[in-house]
Amino acid sequence: MSTVRLAFSPAPVHVRTARLVGVAVARRAGVAEELLDEVRLAIGEACTRAVALHRQYGLPDLVQMEMSDDQSYTVRVIDRAPIEAGLGLTALPPDELANESLTDEALTVGVGFALLAGFVDDLQVRPVEVGIGTEVRMVWPVAK
Amino acid sequence: MELSLATRAVAEHQVLEVGGEVDVYTAPRLRERLNELIDGGARSIVVDLNRVDFLDSTGLGVLVGAHRRLRPLGGRCALACDKEPLLKIFRITALDQVFPLYPSVEAATDPSGPAA
Repeated sequence: MSTVRLAFSPAPVHVRTARLVGVAVARRAGVAEELLDEVRLAIGEACTRAVALHRQYGLPDLVQMEMSDDQSYTVRVIDRAPIEAGLGLTALPPDELANESLTDEALTVGVGFALLAGFVDDLQVRPVEVGIGTEVRMVWPVAK
Repeated sequence: MELSLATRAVAEHQVLEVGGEVDVYTAPRLRERLNELIDGGARSIVVDLNRVDFLDSTGLGVLVGAHRRLRPLGGRCALACDKEPLLKIFRITALDQVFPLYPSVEAATDPSGPAA
């Protein structure tokens, strides 16, 4: 098993870097080539969500990402926002997507969660074990 | 790849050709350009996504925002896209039920095509 860790300031510009690193490690771990687009998108969504939460709460803490491969490729994206903010994710039904009363922020969060849930078969969003925050854990199969 | 934006007129449509990556960092530029077009009087906008390499929820939110601004003005925001990875994103989010989706700009601006 090998592990790669990345931590970055909660700024949108760094999300692309996180995607690139996440896909590079996935490729090296043996994730199938046809899954890499989905890995890239899901890591981007998880990191975008973490950056948005840190900015919403004015948290300067780094967003953490940990990638490990063993029997599978596991990516954990960890934010430090209050738990009640992080766990209240719901996918939006289509008739609400164009609803005028929905804020752009709520819309993006709903769409982001729909993408995470749609692209990651093994997805967990749960409180971190130590301290404040949530962890988005995503797992993909690897060819060994 | 950085975001690229180019606008051209096709009949009564404004075509916004988007290239590169649309994400949380670059999406504000796309929002700004769409708002400029709408503020400038555009009522039929076709966003050409066929040169987009990456599109996330932030970019989708910007497109929905343009759709929501145009609708009460009697306008529309159509999308040109035939890239399967992007089409899958629209299906998963059910946004394929919100936007008129065409495979090409030609199809989206074809006056004999189905009204969307």
